Amino acid sequence: MADTAVVAPKKEAIKFGKKERALLTDPLDDNNPITVQVLGICSALAVTTGMKNAAVMAVAVVFVCLFANVITSALRKAIPKQVRMIVQLVIIATLVTVVELVLKAYAFESYKQLSVFIGLIITNCIVMGRLEAFAMANRPYESALDGLGNGVGYGIILLVVAFIREFFGKGEIFGAKIIGAAPEYMINTLESTWFGWYQGNNLMVLFPSAMFVIAVLIWAHRAWNPKLVDIS
Amino acid sequence: MGDLINIFIKSAFIENLALAYFLGMCSYLAVSKTVKTAFGLGLAVIFVLGITMPINWVINTWLLGENGIFQTDLTFLRFILFIAVIASMVQLVEMVVEKYSPALYNSLGIFLPLITVNCAILGGSLFMVSKEYNFSEAVAFGLGGGFGWFLAIIAIAAIREKIKYSAVPPPMRGLGMAFLLTGMMGMAFMGLMGIDPAAFK
Repeated sequence: MADTAVVAPKKEAIKFGKKERALLTDPLDDNNPITVQVLGICSALAVTTGMKNAAVMAVAVVFVCLFANVITSALRKAIPKQVRMIVQLVIIATLVTVVELVLKAYAFESYKQLSVFIGLIITNCIVMGRLEAFAMANRPYESALDGLGNGVGYGIILLVVAFIREFFGKGEIFGAKIIGAAPEYMINTLESTWFGWYQGNNLMVLFPSAMFVIAVLIWAHRAWNPKLVDIS
Repeated sequence: MGDLINIFIKSAFIENLALAYFLGMCSYLAVSKTVKTAFGLGLAVIFVLGITMPINWVINTWLLGENGIFQTDLTFLRFILFIAVIASMVQLVEMVVEKYSPALYNSLGIFLPLITVNCAILGGSLFMVSKEYNFSEAVAFGLGGGFGWFLAIIAIAAIREKIKYSAVPPPMRGLGMAFLLTGMMGMAFMGLMGIDPAAFK
């Protein structure tokens, strides 16, 4: 299904010029899904307690975003306006089912940890938002670039937030102990890890801290890129 | 009846969908700039939650359950059917609002279709399933959850209207402050939930 949809209409040449590159890079900075468009916050809060989950989630969202954009864009002239959301949701739900089955087959550990949140990709606003705002009005090729860019922009923020929360919350990165006291079954001396005195900050594991971390990220992002500052 | 009121209060305040579970954050943050639009979106969420919850209960019990009309366990279809019900209800709300209140329709813009992907709606239905509510409890839970979400978005919209007059560092204006405020309100609501002693061992 996905393979046939990738083929773009032959009337206009497929090129990779300035405009196309902007489609790909805009969501990374000027039009970032999380810090600028404010889409897809729910899962950004829920899965960022650990980097491993965040990485799996990011890959899954890139996949769903890319192919949902391409398929919707290929079908855009056939979808009646009144029922467009239902059609889009069926497309997304199908892709999410594919992701779920692939994870179940090849990454069962991650599947078990993420099972609820994989389902919640269906309600991840970033996928739906891009379908509404971009794929319904553009060719499959541009939509593919837009989907890829937005998925990656989302994934980067997810990984940064997860890094901060896991590192300061548990002293771990990808589940490996970096700072703080070693677990009891290891030889527990102060020298066994860096900063053995560090006590994990439990607030970082709880939901509100994700809000604070994203708020600080937005601050940094806008201080670095002043044209995004909200003047209203 | 007491039970139903209990569930209503609990789902509105203690297990607030927006501030305790952080569901439906996208529209929560984006539409809370003024109290007026927040009011409209909040009402739409109450309406959609209140309608979809009973419908999804009926589907889950009579269509997908083992004692339903097919006598087989079809719960793997739950996601798709729930989201289809929610999407059609939102489409209905959109048509009604577009017809009777074009001003509200224009101000809500893209966020009206996005109620469909408001995690609070789907999340509410999934909570309803996992808590094994009966029909009347599901109705109370839907209305209570919607009311709690409505209160939360009104509260943050009111704060954001006032905070416009404060001297916030420019990069933090708008969205950044909204995130900080939501985090703080979430911490306040954690107090209502009680603090898990296991977190401090």
